[in-house]
Amino acid sequence: MSRLPPWADLGLLPAINLALAFAVAATVVALIGEDPLEALSVMIQGAFVYEGAIGYTLYYTTNFIFTGLAVAVAFQAKLFNIGGEGQAYLGGLGALVVCLALDPWLPGLLVIPVAVAGAALFGAAWAAVPGWLQAHRGSHIVITTIMFNFIAAGTMVALLAGPLMRPGQSSPESREVAEGARLPFVHDLAGAVGIEMGRSPLNLSFLIALAACVLVWVLIWRTRWGFRLRTIGESEPAAVYAGIGVPGMVVAAMALSGAIAGLMATNEVMGAQGKMVLNFTSGYGFTGIAVALMGRAHPLGVVLAALLFGALYQGGAELDFEFQTITREMVLLIQGLIILFSGALALMFVPWLSRLIGRA
Amino acid sequence: MWLDALLLADSTLRLATPLILCAMAGLVSERAGVIDIGLEGKLLASAFAAAAAASLTGSAWAGLTAALAASASMAALHGFACITHRGEQIISGVAINILASGLTVVLGIALFRQGGQTPLLGPEERFSPILLPGSESLREIPGFGPFWAELASGHSLPVYLALASVPLVWWLLWHTTFGLRLRAVGEMPNAVDSAGVSVVWLRYRGVLIAGLLCGLAGAFLSTAHGAGFVREMSAGKGYIALAAMIFGKWRPWPVLGACLLFGFLEAAGARLQGTELPVIGEVPIEFVLVLPYVATVILLAGFFGKAVPPRALGVPYRKER
Amino acid sequence: MTSPAIRLRGITKRFGPVVANDAVDLEVAPGTIHGIIGENGAGKSTLVSILYGFYEADSGTMEIAGTPAQIRDSADAIGHGIGMVHQHFMLVPNATVLENVMLGAEGGFLLSEGRAATRTILAELARDYGLEVDPDAVVGSLPVGLQQRVEILKALRRGAEVLILDEPTGVLTPAETDRFFEILRSLRDRGVTVLLITHKLREIMEVTDAVSVMRQGRMVAHRKTSETSREELAELMVGRKVVLSVERLAAEAGETALAAQGLAWRDAQGVARLTDVSLEIRAGEILGLAGVSGNGQSELLDLLSGITPLQTGEIRLGERQITPRAPCGPAGMRDLGLAHVPEDRHLRGLLLGFEARESAVLGYHDGPATGTGRWLSPRTMARHCAQLMQRFDVRPDNPRLRTAGFSGGNQQKLVLAREIEQAPKVLLIGQPTRGVDIGGIEFIHRRIMEMKAAGTAVLLVSVELDEIMGLADRIAVMNAGRIVGTVDRTEADIQTIGLMMAGVTGTETAAAGADA
Repeated sequence: MSRLPPWADLGLLPAINLALAFAVAATVVALIGEDPLEALSVMIQGAFVYEGAIGYTLYYTTNFIFTGLAVAVAFQAKLFNIGGEGQAYLGGLGALVVCLALDPWLPGLLVIPVAVAGAALFGAAWAAVPGWLQAHRGSHIVITTIMFNFIAAGTMVALLAGPLMRPGQSSPESREVAEGARLPFVHDLAGAVGIEMGRSPLNLSFLIALAACVLVWVLIWRTRWGFRLRTIGESEPAAVYAGIGVPGMVVAAMALSGAIAGLMATNEVMGAQGKMVLNFTSGYGFTGIAVALMGRAHPLGVVLAALLFGALYQGGAELDFEFQTITREMVLLIQGLIILFSGALALMFVPWLSRLIGRA
Repeated sequence: MWLDALLLADSTLRLATPLILCAMAGLVSERAGVIDIGLEGKLLASAFAAAAAASLTGSAWAGLTAALAASASMAALHGFACITHRGEQIISGVAINILASGLTVVLGIALFRQGGQTPLLGPEERFSPILLPGSESLREIPGFGPFWAELASGHSLPVYLALASVPLVWWLLWHTTFGLRLRAVGEMPNAVDSAGVSVVWLRYRGVLIAGLLCGLAGAFLSTAHGAGFVREMSAGKGYIALAAMIFGKWRPWPVLGACLLFGFLEAAGARLQGTELPVIGEVPIEFVLVLPYVATVILLAGFFGKAVPPRALGVPYRKER
Repeated sequence: MTSPAIRLRGITKRFGPVVANDAVDLEVAPGTIHGIIGENGAGKSTLVSILYGFYEADSGTMEIAGTPAQIRDSADAIGHGIGMVHQHFMLVPNATVLENVMLGAEGGFLLSEGRAATRTILAELARDYGLEVDPDAVVGSLPVGLQQRVEILKALRRGAEVLILDEPTGVLTPAETDRFFEILRSLRDRGVTVLLITHKLREIMEVTDAVSVMRQGRMVAHRKTSETSREELAELMVGRKVVLSVERLAAEAGETALAAQGLAWRDAQGVARLTDVSLEIRAGEILGLAGVSGNGQSELLDLLSGITPLQTGEIRLGERQITPRAPCGPAGMRDLGLAHVPEDRHLRGLLLGFEARESAVLGYHDGPATGTGRWLSPRTMARHCAQLMQRFDVRPDNPRLRTAGFSGGNQQKLVLAREIEQAPKVLLIGQPTRGVDIGGIEFIHRRIMEMKAAGTAVLLVSVELDEIMGLADRIAVMNAGRIVGTVDRTEADIQTIGLMMAGVTGTETAAAGADA
């Protein structure tokens, strides 16, 4: 197979694939009878210009960093973790259980780190099981993680409508986490030091997300453990030759991936919502696949792709107000197209591009 | 008691119908060596297409045609990515699922402005129940009468087609030349190639048949079982069908059994809701609903019998060694 | 005179820079058994793949039974009456014999029609050629000998007039082989033209009417079998290659560094790949392991390097005793001072998508070359890699270049550098110069010699007989999972070893020599 120079591989090719996804989406908008450029401008304004817009954009970005990074970490070990949705859900359970158990007794500053760890731990455990089943029982990780998404969803409905349901309430959601045990909103923090900011759900979990990116980068590219993880992804026979225990690494890689997905709950349960509501993961786990593919499974790429999707989500919400005929589901369509063009059809243009570049 | 059982069986059958069609679709595609986790997306897209076309034209048949066309074009897209371009089959399936989620709502709002739903369909726009001969006159015969009237009779066309699809798929795969080649291409594509038969075209046909079966399932959801399309109306049925297909080990009759079992769990769960069972007390319906997934995980892990997928499943075919 | 069943003229096929077939000519008379013999990699399989439409030749012409033929895919080949039995069977394992035979020639939309017809044909074929096999048996459950029979039946069912057999006896026991040859003869007697691809001299002599010899992509000789001899064919096969002279360095052979006793190993299908293999290598000695590839060398290397767990037998590495109950993995082996240059550097030895500095620490990624503590230091790795590159003359000497971007020779030097720099007590080397240019070969050979002089025990596995003859102190020859014999370098000549490689044991060699 022909290879492209790095600038084309990392810059031009993703740009072409992204442009193609947007072009198809624009065609759909035009077919509906609206102006694609106008829709784009509404989305850009909604994502960056209006008051609080950037806060909302970054709030969505936070979720996508977590779920995208989770998929990316697994990709580095050539594992396809399609279960981010369920792992994030279980992460929410981990955070919530800690908060509900400890927030009446302990000061928030002590509860928060334990709850964050709880989110990571529950997410890790929920992902490690499919990892173990693949490594030791030969089950296909994709199928198992899909099944685990549904098992997680069912279990959480039962829990939220049962033991976790807020007393005296009939809708399936938990009680609110004590104020002190919640991650503070950025607009509150800014207000405290005298900076006026529009209200938004953006909270400190954004920093946790960025820190996770840095940590993952360090772990994957600056530790021996990361070398082992990347090696099993690059070539399993080479890993075996090098004496790396592949089954153990598969479980560990999945656990790490699940832990990161689980951390998404900090943004929702401990931040924006301050409680657990039904289906709080609302598809972010699946969007993570698009984010990881777009970001070429690298933390920096994930941040950029998450920002793109954050803007799409926030801008997409604006579509609801401005148009009668286009809604935020347009974003779902774009997301599907991005997965198609930068995932399944990623290499469609490689022969063509390499011929073009070769001739030039 | 007998009537209760019949009513339960009746709703089992209705709930199992989309599962059977989608599971047969998955079976045909995966027997040809192409992973199909896009069942859910094709089901959703065709449910929308059926309701939209039926509503616009006033004909259930036009709806069915649109459903088949929508699902088959998504299948063709899957084939284009996975067979022609040798793309990652799972990623392509995920893309199709998300694409369908977005596209159905976007088009639904553009066409009908009802928040993503289609208008309620009238009787002409739906597949109505078919009363089998004698369902009234035989009703009084003890045992058989209620069975004939309550369970066998009174379903819409897609339900009967779903039941017919199982022997049909079985016959096609195990009794025709096409079936032999299709199964061979999912096991040893190079055997098919060296026999002078095109691997690519065979796989495309497998994927397209899967598309048509999903299309029928989608039409059932919105123009027979329901009376119109609502957002996300496939509600994970495509994935349950995938589980049933694995649970039935890629064989039509066991897959039918798995679909009926999973349909029964859903029907029984709905009836059990809120009732106290002896010993275990009240069972949350969610625990019943996740049973298909749990069972599939356990099966895949080889804890009871081994589910062996087609050997070449998920592997794009390259001629060069 | 009748026109030849097959006539090839100037067939050339390149894979990138490698010329697999170089202007090959071939003529096969109808109704004969024609052998094509050559070492592994001589281009035999490529040639028949072109004939069967798996590859398209870059240039050259084909004539089948006197008419020019364009064969673009297998359907074309079948249309020209060519059938092929592949080295790796093209059978659907979970289908029945009947279904496999029918595949692609079912005769109608419904299987039932074709089934009955195929049953009749199978019965006829069984009667005519002695090709009995239960039509309703599931192919995967049959022994390989019968599976092969199914492959032949497939070809005959489609009316093959030319039957190509690619290394057909590799999977057969001697008794099955004899039975197989009878079938070939009866096919010939009924007018079928048989093209037999093999590297085994015994088979050529026993069953063929004519033989063509291939070497390094070229057709070097055509002979009537009755007018040639094993010795002549062996020499034609191996050829008089340019012998690269390596200055032999003397070394005092010391204590036994690596010893294996009674190793036996079966693969997942239960086929015995190694049988009762014992060997011993002393410090300061190179033991060459010669043999046609696929005779157990790879499996032996995997056992010795700890990649595959032992099943039977034991290994002693220095003071350490390794048994099936006291296993030792690759990491443990490295700790005991064993280094391993794997046969397949692309699959195992390197991380092609990674930078050179990362490939340069594979297997030693937990050691000082990567950094300190749990950390990985790219700078330390780059420095380490730059040193290796300098000492082993790897070009371009850029540690940050992607591993796949280096030439074959430079990739191999990188692997060798990585393993040799560990100053191992035992060095296992598989195919050290495969795909390496002449200059690189010389360099690598010198390094191996220096290792020996420095007191390392070296096991050199190679299909290049010259290489083994030039470097080894003792030569062990493997065939069919056994060590057929071990010869001292001073007593070894290329023909004797070639015959041993071809499966003729020491005593037979002597007999053949007496005949001549």
